Amino acid sequence: MGRLFAIEIIYRGIYQKTLASRISRAIVLAAHQEGKPGISFGRYGDSPERNGIPAKNFAIVGTDQETLEQGMAKYEPKEVDITIAVDDTLFKGVESWAWYGLQPVNKLLKPGGTLIVTSRETPEALIKMAHRKETPYQLAIVKGTPSFSGLWVYKDDHTDVRILGAIAKLLPELFSLKSVQKAIVNEWKDPVKAESAARSCERISTTEVMPNQGNPEIPYKFEFPKWHEMGEGIAIPSIPAGRAVEDPVSHATGGFRPDRNPTFKKFTTRTMRPVVNFDTCIKCTLCWLQCPDSCFDVTPEGLYDANMQACCGCGVCEAVCPVKDCVTMVNESEFGDNASQWEDWKKDKAAYKIWLEDKIKTRSERSHGFRYRGQYEEQIPEMLRIAREG
Amino acid sequence: MAQLATVLEDQRQTDETALITGSEAIAVACKLADVDVITAYPIRPYDTVMQYVSKLVSNGELDCEYIVAEGEHSQFEIVKHACAAGARVFCGSSGVGWMYAMEALTVTPALRVPMVAMVGNRALDDPGAFGVEHNDALTVRDLGWQLVWVDTAQEALDTALIAYRVSEDRRIFLPCAISCDGAFLTHSQALVQIPSQKKVNEFLPRYNRADLLLHPDNPITVAPQGNEDWVMEIRRQNYAAMERVSDVLREAYDHFERIFGRSYGNPFFEEFETDDADIVLMGMGTLSTPVKVAIRKMRKEGKKVGFVRMRWFRPFAAAELAECLSRFSAVGVVDRDYSFGSPYMSGVLATEVRSALYSAPGKKPPVVGFIAGLGGREVTVPDVERITEGVYNAAQGRPQPLTQWIGLRE
Repeated sequence: MGRLFAIEIIYRGIYQKTLASRISRAIVLAAHQEGKPGISFGRYGDSPERNGIPAKNFAIVGTDQETLEQGMAKYEPKEVDITIAVDDTLFKGVESWAWYGLQPVNKLLKPGGTLIVTSRETPEALIKMAHRKETPYQLAIVKGTPSFSGLWVYKDDHTDVRILGAIAKLLPELFSLKSVQKAIVNEWKDPVKAESAARSCERISTTEVMPNQGNPEIPYKFEFPKWHEMGEGIAIPSIPAGRAVEDPVSHATGGFRPDRNPTFKKFTTRTMRPVVNFDTCIKCTLCWLQCPDSCFDVTPEGLYDANMQACCGCGVCEAVCPVKDCVTMVNESEFGDNASQWEDWKKDKAAYKIWLEDKIKTRSERSHGFRYRGQYEEQIPEMLRIAREG
Repeated sequence: MAQLATVLEDQRQTDETALITGSEAIAVACKLADVDVITAYPIRPYDTVMQYVSKLVSNGELDCEYIVAEGEHSQFEIVKHACAAGARVFCGSSGVGWMYAMEALTVTPALRVPMVAMVGNRALDDPGAFGVEHNDALTVRDLGWQLVWVDTAQEALDTALIAYRVSEDRRIFLPCAISCDGAFLTHSQALVQIPSQKKVNEFLPRYNRADLLLHPDNPITVAPQGNEDWVMEIRRQNYAAMERVSDVLREAYDHFERIFGRSYGNPFFEEFETDDADIVLMGMGTLSTPVKVAIRKMRKEGKKVGFVRMRWFRPFAAAELAECLSRFSAVGVVDRDYSFGSPYMSGVLATEVRSALYSAPGKKPPVVGFIAGLGGREVTVPDVERITEGVYNAAQGRPQPLTQWIGLRE
């Protein structure tokens, strides 16, 4: 038997759909340049995609057809040689809307496999975000702002070819730089993109991540019930109504917190999260009304606390808030937990103010998909500069 | 006044005889079962039921929600939802009307909704034709519907009551379609014993949706999206429910006999003149009439021919049927349906009978398939004689086609 290669591309639904599919297809086409057959597919359960919800694409390549067939007719390979995360906040985990549970970003990596990510963060910051893995693996950063666009538009900032170039260096048995350059020129008729791939291949380096590094949290686990343990008639109990919220200091109760799905959290859905200035909030209710995910808990004093179990980071609250800097979207990578901001504020208002200002001030610029018209065009020259200069 | 009350109460307690069609018998069963929600959309021959039901409603004899929908799909969806909310329901259709409801028909057993429906069997278009063929009802045979064919108005009424009892049993919760041949049963009046309300009440408990009741006091989500992690287990549950039907059906027929004094013998199939038969014919529905007439004639000529009428097609009593058929030297299955391209190009029933015999431990008589009576064409006594001849040939090992068309101009 020959060798089977599996590569997964983890991406944000809709915003990075085209990007992921371009990378996945080009991997197969580049390997084909060397006579290796392959297939490219999206994880079936991720479709229809939801904005920002983690999704996956796969490229499976074999040194021959029979070997390839060992990797076919599956929804998801059991292990991969390379995982590509085209957004660094995916390091917090991958939870599909079709609910396969929360998968650590490095879950499918073979021992010694490589995790490639597009990010402007340091290796240390990224390693901290990802769950710990029992076996060591390599981390490779393709420097750049995670490339987001939309369902009908594609931001051609060379992220695709820079990742492809990196693969040629990290897994030369799969394809050489020459093969991937041929595939790039065939597919996209752009020699400049082939140049970007070469530069990336030359520059890419790896950091080894050891089993004692990373987020020690054990992801939520579940057992599927047996057929006779399940209720009949495809009927499931509803999520109960909510209850009043307790003030962490005075222990007074009031307001309302809806009960939420106990097994499906939005912890991995966000690329940004709102931080709320409770001192300047005028209780206008707009964020609470407009939030498409009903993520705001109403506190006993009538403030609105974005609950991270339900927030998918869309930014509507920031857009509708009439008070300057009262709701500010901040890069998700800036946060280490999902704690209630309102509780922190109640416990120590001065400390919260310092924390809030720090988050707003130091936030790295990023997009949760589409923040304003023209944003993509603004990002392209800078990304092309990074592609050239590193 | 007191005397009138006594008369009325006596009437309530005693059976009566009425001259009614098979469709009317089903409508009477709806009244006796005190059905809560009935939906309708006209298509021949089923539409006779809706006429009788609406008459019962307007006469004040039946107190139910009677909704004429804007098409069969809505018709079946409405009762599906009503039944999920705890209502005893009835509806029905025919031919392509039944097909138009197909999406609703598919989800009904999956949601474990014990709907009782009547299919006035009718040829599928095209050409547009009113006559009987069994392909319409048979389209749901794989989906978790209980399927039964009746051959008299009396059996239609009795089977409808049994269908409610079995379908609404918490062990089952599956829908049931009662097939009545267009014209010969739906439009033909016969004398029918109508049981007293008292007896029916004794036989048929109230429908209790229990833990699956869609109600604000029992907040549940019904029919969420499920991926490959869930579907197989859900299908296995329906498999188990269908597996339980046979026992529950037997209980119901036993109880029916005790209360109403009418016995159907083996619930799954009826045997006619089989005790000493050399060969048997098989079929479903009103085909039984010409077959029985022909058998009486042939018996006088010394031919030992019997008849097995399949009543319940789903569940299919395979082991029991195979044991029965092992007594004969050949079997002729008369299908009032077709299954183009099927094994040996036979009809649906013949294919199922062969399948039932294949894994059975006993003797396996040869099975010859006959396609007859399509589009409502009459099956005549000479037709049955020709069929019998073919079956005798098979019994004697003479080579012949495994599927033969009977009553065709050729």
